[in-house]
Amino acid sequence: MVKKILGRSYIALILLFIYVPIFYLIVFSFTDAKLMGQWTGFSFKLYADLFTGPKSAEIMTALKNTLLVGLTSSVIATLLGSMTAIGLHSSSKRMKAIVQNANQIPILNAEIVTAVSLLLFFTILGMNSFKGFWTVTLSHIMFCTPYVVLSVLPKLKGMNNNVYEAALDLGATPWAAIMKVVVPEILPGMISGFLLAFTLSVDDFVITQFTTSANFQTLSTYIYNTYSGKDSMPPELRALSCLLFVVVLLVLVLLNIKSGKKRENA
Amino acid sequence: MKMTFSRKHLVIPYALFLTLFVVFPLILIFVYAFTDTSWKFTFSNILKFFTDYSAIAPFMLSLLTALLTTALCLVVAYPLAYFLATKKYNRSNVMVMLFILPMWINFLIRTLAMNELLYVLNVPKGMFATTIGMVYNFLPFMVLPLYNSLQKMDRSLIEAAEDLGATPVQVFFKTIIPLSMPGIISGVMMVFMPTISAFAISDILTNRDFNYFGTLVNFLFNKGGDIHYGSALSFVMLIIIGIAIFISSKFEKDESSLGGRLW
Repeated sequence: MVKKILGRSYIALILLFIYVPIFYLIVFSFTDAKLMGQWTGFSFKLYADLFTGPKSAEIMTALKNTLLVGLTSSVIATLLGSMTAIGLHSSSKRMKAIVQNANQIPILNAEIVTAVSLLLFFTILGMNSFKGFWTVTLSHIMFCTPYVVLSVLPKLKGMNNNVYEAALDLGATPWAAIMKVVVPEILPGMISGFLLAFTLSVDDFVITQFTTSANFQTLSTYIYNTYSGKDSMPPELRALSCLLFVVVLLVLVLLNIKSGKKRENA
Repeated sequence: MKMTFSRKHLVIPYALFLTLFVVFPLILIFVYAFTDTSWKFTFSNILKFFTDYSAIAPFMLSLLTALLTTALCLVVAYPLAYFLATKKYNRSNVMVMLFILPMWINFLIRTLAMNELLYVLNVPKGMFATTIGMVYNFLPFMVLPLYNSLQKMDRSLIEAAEDLGATPVQVFFKTIIPLSMPGIISGVMMVFMPTISAFAISDILTNRDFNYFGTLVNFLFNKGGDIHYGSALSFVMLIIIGIAIFISSKFEKDESSLGGRLW
């Protein structure tokens, strides 16, 4: 009994450590003080400012850029990664080993080293004046695809190879066989790979910072570059964080309900 | 020319992509690290690091902070993961979800929130605040692999050890720890790697009166410093990473548990 209480309170304590700053952020999004920690009465002003205030355009552009890069790179990473996984599954051992090892590099490497290598790469190509959406997106594809490959490969291992052969024997073209036989099997892996890629892309700061220019800011680089020197972030961001938190929470709850239903039906 | 399609051809685009965007850029770090501004071969960038106090000090600071953060995360996360993996404390996966959820909030926003909170709590900015910020940010990366490996652990082995007369301490060190070793190793790697090169967290949680290694590299590349020297510092970082991977591979037999297991 004592052990149980001890365990529960330990979990609660760490949850507190993790959530106190977040709740703090949420509470202080409902007051219009410039600095956090100052309560100047309940107000929705920050939410109004987020959409119509003087900083609104900057923040919305940064948000739009973040989502644009996130979606583009995770869609491409998912396609490229799934394609690669399907290919690897029927490749020679040697080829498999080479590609899988190279695939580990972006995962194991420190972000800053990856970022430096990409910066040098774009520098040597003379692309420094083109830094922006495409350099950032290409870099994000580069560090997201490995995770897609890793989440699709196990699904292929569990698949019966004869089904693909059977489809070919029955006259399907290789393309049709892949789309109708292989893709449905690996779809869960593709979806989790996509979600992971999107999350990684949206949360990235270091690689974006090294591969973008002042003209193209994502939320991370916008926050970092606005914060520099000053003591606080633009207060509108508190309102934005709160909104994003609620959206994420809703998505997760919906996903949980859905997968819960699936389990019941099965 | 018409080539017959085979599934293995699907690897080709990514193989080219990896060569161009992963392997080639890494080679560029070596090239820049061992050349001067007129592209002549030189060891001077690397040698400069070993004699440059303004680079050695940030390096040691980052190394120590990374080791401390990793150790703290392990000590805090291990009991947590153990409790979460025990059915009586955590019947559904909701608890685990609660620990992953904050990762969807931009880490800079979380760090700024932590910054404000520490200010209110009268914790001064500096190394201590930075370490708290790092533990706060990277704790989930330690919890998840530990949770995964502890959950897979066969609990009857603990009972077996108890039946054979092991004390609780012996059970912990001789049974539970060895069985969760893959989780420990991958957790340690997932925390150590990002912390040694982190610079945004320390930029926010210090008065920028002392440099971390990442701060210095960021300065050299993004604020108009010597990128050949910056590449040499990145090269040093690569060697540290290589050493870390080598050490972890000594412990690690199950290759899938690194990175892949987390999700």
